Amino acid sequence: MSPLLVWALRFALGCLLLAMLFALVRLFRGPSAQDRVLALDSLFVSAMLVMLTLGLRYRSSTYFEAALLISVFGFVGSMAMAKFLLRGEVIE
Amino acid sequence: MTASLPLWVDVVTAVLVVAGALLALLGSLGLLRLRSFFQRVHAPTLGATGGTWLLTLATALQFSFVREQFFVHALLIALFIALTAPITTIFLMRAGLFRARLAGQDVPQTVTEQPTPPT
Repeated sequence: MSPLLVWALRFALGCLLLAMLFALVRLFRGPSAQDRVLALDSLFVSAMLVMLTLGLRYRSSTYFEAALLISVFGFVGSMAMAKFLLRGEVIE
Repeated sequence: MTASLPLWVDVVTAVLVVAGALLALLGSLGLLRLRSFFQRVHAPTLGATGGTWLLTLATALQFSFVREQFFVHALLIALFIALTAPITTIFLMRAGLFRARLAGQDVPQTVTEQPTPPT
């Protein structure tokens, strides 16, 4: 693995860490509940991107399964919360 | 570790990874800084679409060269996100619209407005 790729992966991990921090600030600050759900969904997507970057760094395909699982859980969680905000209950 | 990849593979992978991470950072910055909820809904889609596709392409490229066979397994993740992210965003937008109406804010009363015919 060439030094260029090593440094690119480090830089990408730093960028994604910063992205997760911004989403966390919005999660705490967001004046309404739907802002917080949006921030949580963005956190899930950033975590999935971190998993993909780690899979590139350690050259192991286990991280793709983890990324797929994170995306599934993120989708289900965000959908359940959005449905609750819209209707007052998740399954009618 | 033992396989030595041609340099162009590493360069292209590095460019794709950096571009994808920068797009995700830009989307999160928009999420932090934009002023209203309906503006903020658009921002994370940058990371969900651009970031995911660029990173998945980088992993597909890198792993195809490491394993000497096409590794399109990672594109499954991008396809799943492409299918589910619009559903989540639209649902959340409708929930935000509903709650904004309840709070008495200045938002349209119906999701689909009837177009006014020209007189």
